[in-house]
Amino acid sequence: MNKNKIKRSLGERTFTVVNTTLIILVCFTCLFPFIYELAISFSSGAAVMSGKVSLYPIGFQTEAYKKVFQNISMWRSLVFTIVLTVVYTLLSLTLTILCAYPLSRKRLYGGKWIMMLITVTMYFHAGTIPTYLLVYNLGLIDKVWALILPCVLNTFNMIMMRTFFKSVPAELEEAAMIDGCNDFQVLWNVMLPVSKPILATIALFYAVQRWNSFADALYYINEPKLYPLQLKLQQIIQQGQADNMMSDINSQLDVVVPKTVQAASIIFATVPILLVYPKLQKYFVKGAMIGAVKG
Amino acid sequence: MNTQTKVRHRKKISIRKALSRDWQLYVMLILPIAFYIIFMYGPMYGVIIAFKDYNIFAGIAKSEWVGFDVFREIFKMPEFYRALRNTLTLNLLGLILGFPAPILLAVMLNEVRNSAFKRVSQSILYLPHFLSWVIIGGLATQIFAPQGIINYIIKSFGGGEVQFLSNKPLWIAVYQIVGIWHGMGWNAIIYLAAITGISGDIYEAAELDGCSRVKMIYKITIPSIMPTIVIMLVINLGKIISIAFDPPYVLGNSLVEDVSDVISTFVYRVGLKSADYSTATAVGLFQSIVSTVLIIVSNIVAKALGEEGLW
Repeated sequence: MNKNKIKRSLGERTFTVVNTTLIILVCFTCLFPFIYELAISFSSGAAVMSGKVSLYPIGFQTEAYKKVFQNISMWRSLVFTIVLTVVYTLLSLTLTILCAYPLSRKRLYGGKWIMMLITVTMYFHAGTIPTYLLVYNLGLIDKVWALILPCVLNTFNMIMMRTFFKSVPAELEEAAMIDGCNDFQVLWNVMLPVSKPILATIALFYAVQRWNSFADALYYINEPKLYPLQLKLQQIIQQGQADNMMSDINSQLDVVVPKTVQAASIIFATVPILLVYPKLQKYFVKGAMIGAVKG
Repeated sequence: MNTQTKVRHRKKISIRKALSRDWQLYVMLILPIAFYIIFMYGPMYGVIIAFKDYNIFAGIAKSEWVGFDVFREIFKMPEFYRALRNTLTLNLLGLILGFPAPILLAVMLNEVRNSAFKRVSQSILYLPHFLSWVIIGGLATQIFAPQGIINYIIKSFGGGEVQFLSNKPLWIAVYQIVGIWHGMGWNAIIYLAAITGISGDIYEAAELDGCSRVKMIYKITIPSIMPTIVIMLVINLGKIISIAFDPPYVLGNSLVEDVSDVISTFVYRVGLKSADYSTATAVGLFQSIVSTVLIIVSNIVAKALGEEGLW
């Protein structure tokens, strides 16, 4: 009996060690691309081009960052993306609430029909080109609105909001109605205050989606002044790859090569996300759990 | 007020009464419904150019009808079949290689007893999900480049330079690795949620019976989350023909186009770059129809298996 116990606890200990080691390894693979990127961004061009850099800088330099920081269009892109994200998130959240609240009320005549017509759009997409032609015909090409209007409402988020509104006890609404509140007042004074956590979650869903997407900008925006940060970054990376092929031979002695500038730009674009990540993660996981429960 | 509650409980009321009572709710819906009509149903009208010889100057309505000519044409295009094949190949491999990863990770995380360690590692594991594909593409191309760190490691073990990004089979491997890296942590959440639902009593009983932890994993944990696993598998199979634009676009390059050009990138190239709107719309429509059918079927299957499904 006693022998058996020792044997088992030894097995348990091995299990824990192996399990923990594996998780640490996986975590490391999640982090190491950034460590590597940081190392490259601070390394000399010669070291990078000869493939000598691993997890720490070789031939330390900060010229690559100077180049990125001195690039006015990079800052303009950053500011533009921040403003775009804020405006988009506010509009999206407003529309999501305005759509979800009436549809969460059972007394709404025709609510089921409206809901069905909305659900259809989740299953059938017209496709990239018809949407592009619509944006084109509305005269939105090279306009900020092209990055806001076509995606201003997300049906998944709307349904999540609606499910939450449905779960709010009906007594709250009835009590407010007795006090003489109209529907707008009920929404504003009763529903929204109790929905703060889910509002934060959905707002962050929208914000991250806007911050990270670049395909719509690639389709609809030709004017460099309206490039969101991701598209700007994509161009730097593509340009860098083209330059790399040409500078392979003669840039061995340069301090800064396209690769280091690329790396510095990637770090520049990643830092804003990392700054808000702890908060972001908390609310996102909450949202994912709601989604999981919903199936 | 009393009459109002009464009205609410009555099932059928006239439209006029509903409008006069709930007009504010309808006012709220004006903007959202306008959005759905313009930006969701509007493009569905544009789909008709798949049956027309679209001329951007004549517009959608005045372009000439050509029936199924465009479809006949795309079904003769080798590039269309290549895009279709690549979409299915990348998605299927993603399913085979990428699907088990989050399940394994969730089970492993569940076995962690130290809650601080668990919290920190979860935070790190979710990080890739929050990055844009542009950043991920940039990271991946640097890491797998000839001068990148993977080649650094290979060379330090005495190996030769490996062209990960220009060799076709290796590119597919890189695509899969990046995909797993991106989704593994985040997709584990749903399984972790399912595991949380397992009663602790079962584990305690098993422990009293002298069950080892590894045995508990495949006798208790895995069978308990099996319904979730099956549902996720069915849902993913429903998406087998849909592929996002960003990952293949940011990872692909002209040298591996043969294996990296998928439907979404094909539509972009033919439609927006070469302005062959009708062809690209027809390809998009083909994909939409197939994927809608697949999603509906997979939902029916998911429902039949006793879960809620998507609707």
